[in-house]
Amino acid sequence: MSAQQQRMGVAAWIAVALAAAILGLLIAAPMAMVVGQAFSKGLGGWWQAVTDEETLRALRLTAVVALVAVPINTLGGLAAAWWIARFRFPGRRLAVALLDLPLSVSPVVAGLLFVLLFGTQGWWGQWLQARDIKVLFAVPGIALATLFVTLPMVARELLPLLQSQGSDADWAAVTLGASGRQLFWWVVFPRMRWAVLYGVLLTAARALGEFGAVSVVSGHIRGETNTLPLHIEVLYAEYHSQQAFAASSLLVLAGLLALVVRRVVAARLPKGAPHVH
Amino acid sequence: MAGRAKVPRLPGLGLSSTVTLLWLGALALLPMAALVIQAAQVPLGRWQAVLADPRVLSALGLSFSGALVAALLATLAGGLVAWVLVRYQFAGRWMMDAVVDLPFALPTAVAGIALTALWGPDGIFGSFCKQFLGLDVAFTRVGVVLALVFVGLPFVVRTVQPVLADLDAALEEAAACLGASQLQVLTKVLLPPLRPALITGFSLAFARGVGEFGSVVFIAGNLPNRTEIAPLLVVTRLEEYDYAGATVLATTLLGGSLVLLGLLTRLQRRPGQS
Repeated sequence: MSAQQQRMGVAAWIAVALAAAILGLLIAAPMAMVVGQAFSKGLGGWWQAVTDEETLRALRLTAVVALVAVPINTLGGLAAAWWIARFRFPGRRLAVALLDLPLSVSPVVAGLLFVLLFGTQGWWGQWLQARDIKVLFAVPGIALATLFVTLPMVARELLPLLQSQGSDADWAAVTLGASGRQLFWWVVFPRMRWAVLYGVLLTAARALGEFGAVSVVSGHIRGETNTLPLHIEVLYAEYHSQQAFAASSLLVLAGLLALVVRRVVAARLPKGAPHVH
Repeated sequence: MAGRAKVPRLPGLGLSSTVTLLWLGALALLPMAALVIQAAQVPLGRWQAVLADPRVLSALGLSFSGALVAALLATLAGGLVAWVLVRYQFAGRWMMDAVVDLPFALPTAVAGIALTALWGPDGIFGSFCKQFLGLDVAFTRVGVVLALVFVGLPFVVRTVQPVLADLDAALEEAAACLGASQLQVLTKVLLPPLRPALITGFSLAFARGVGEFGSVVFIAGNLPNRTEIAPLLVVTRLEEYDYAGATVLATTLLGGSLVLLGLLTRLQRRPGQS
C-alpha cells in the first residue's frame, strides 16, 4: 500500500514538473523577456522609450481607435445579448453564428474585408476617392478593422450570463410595473456589471494590441497611421529591442489588467458558466 | 383580466433588435458579404491558377498542418496542465494557474518578438537548441508550431480544467481499486467524459492557429515555399495590388477552417463508446 502511494507520488511529481517546464519555457519565459528587456536600461531607460515622440504618437492613435471600438462594441454587445437571450425570433441561430464569426476569421482576412470595401479596386473605393474621403490607410479604416476583430467580446461575456441567470427577476420587475429603463438600470445591469467591465477590458486590451488586421489597413505611415503594435514592429526591425519591449510593456499592462478583472468576475459568477474567450 | 391579453414579453425588443441588426449588419455581415461576392466574381480559371501556385499551396499547407499539429500538441500539454492544476495540491499552484492566462495578455506582435528573441539563433533557448540538439527553432517550421502552441495552450487548459474539476476523483480511485491499470483508467474512465472538452479546446486552438499572424510572422522567417504562412501571403498579395489572389487565398483559408471546425463539432456531438 505504502509502496503504491510512493509510486503515485513520484508520478504526480513528474507530472507537476513537466507541466511547470512547459508553462515556464513556453509562456512565462516570453513574459519575463518582455519585462526584462523593457527595464534593461533601468526605469529611466523605460521612461525614455515610452515617452519617445513617435511612440507617444502611436500610443495616441491606438487610444483613439480603442475609444471608438470599445463603446460601439459594448452597446452592440449589450443589445445583442439582451435580444438573443430574452427573445425567440427567426434567424436567432444565424445571429449567434454571425456574432461568433469574427473569432474564426484570421486578423489578416479581417483587414482584407475592409480593403475589399474601401480600397481603390473595392466596392466604394472610386466613390470615396472622387469625394476625397480617406478610409483605408487612415484612422477610419483602422477603427473599422479593430471594431471587426473585437466585435463579439462583450456579447460573448454577457450572453451566457443572461442565459444562466434566467428571466425570472426581469419578469418580476416588469410585473411590478417597472419601465424598460428602470428594468435595465435597477435589475439587469447591476447583475452583470462585472461581466460588462470584463468585456470592456477584454475589448480594450485586444483593440490596443491588434496587429494583423490593423497592419493590412494602416498603410504604415510613420507617425500617422502606425498604431502602437505596428510601431513596436518597426522598433524591433530597426534593432531598438529595448524600446520595442518598453512600448510592449504598456500593452501587456492593459492585458494583465483585463486578466485581474476576469478573476474577480469569475469569482462573482455562478459556477458552471465556462469562461473561455 | 378582460378579454385576451396579447402575449406578454419583456421590454426592449424593438431597441435591442434594431441596434443589433445595425451593428452586426454594418460590421460583420456587410464585410463578410464583400468577401463572398468578390470571391464569386473571380473567374474559375483564376481560382485554379492561384491555387495551383506551389507557393500558395505551400503556405496553405503550412497554415493548416501547422495549426493541426500545434493544436494536437496544445491538447496534450494543456490536458496535462489542467490535470496537474485540478488534481494536485502543491506550492506555487496558484502561480501556475495564473501563468496559463498570460498569452491572453500578450498582444500577438509582442508575443511574436518575445518568442523570437528567446528562440532565435541569439536567444537563450535558441542557442541552446542549436548547440546541444542541432535544432534550429526560429525561422523553421518548428518555430511556427512553437508559436501556435503558445497561442493555443490556454484555450485547451481553460476548456478542460472546469470539466475535470467536476469529475469525481473517486471514480478513478475505484477503477484503480478494481484492478484497472493506469492506462485503462486514462482511456476508460477519464477520456470519455473529457472528450467533448478536449475536442472543444483542440478546435479553439486550431481555429486560432490557422489564421494566426502576429505571433508567428516574426519567428517564422517567412521564406516562400518553406516557412511562409497563408495569412502573410494574403498581405503580400495585397501589397502587390493582387486583390483577386488575396481574395481567393483568404476565402480558401476561411472556408477550410470553417469546414474543419464544423467536422470537429460533429465529432464532438457523436456519443463516445460506453
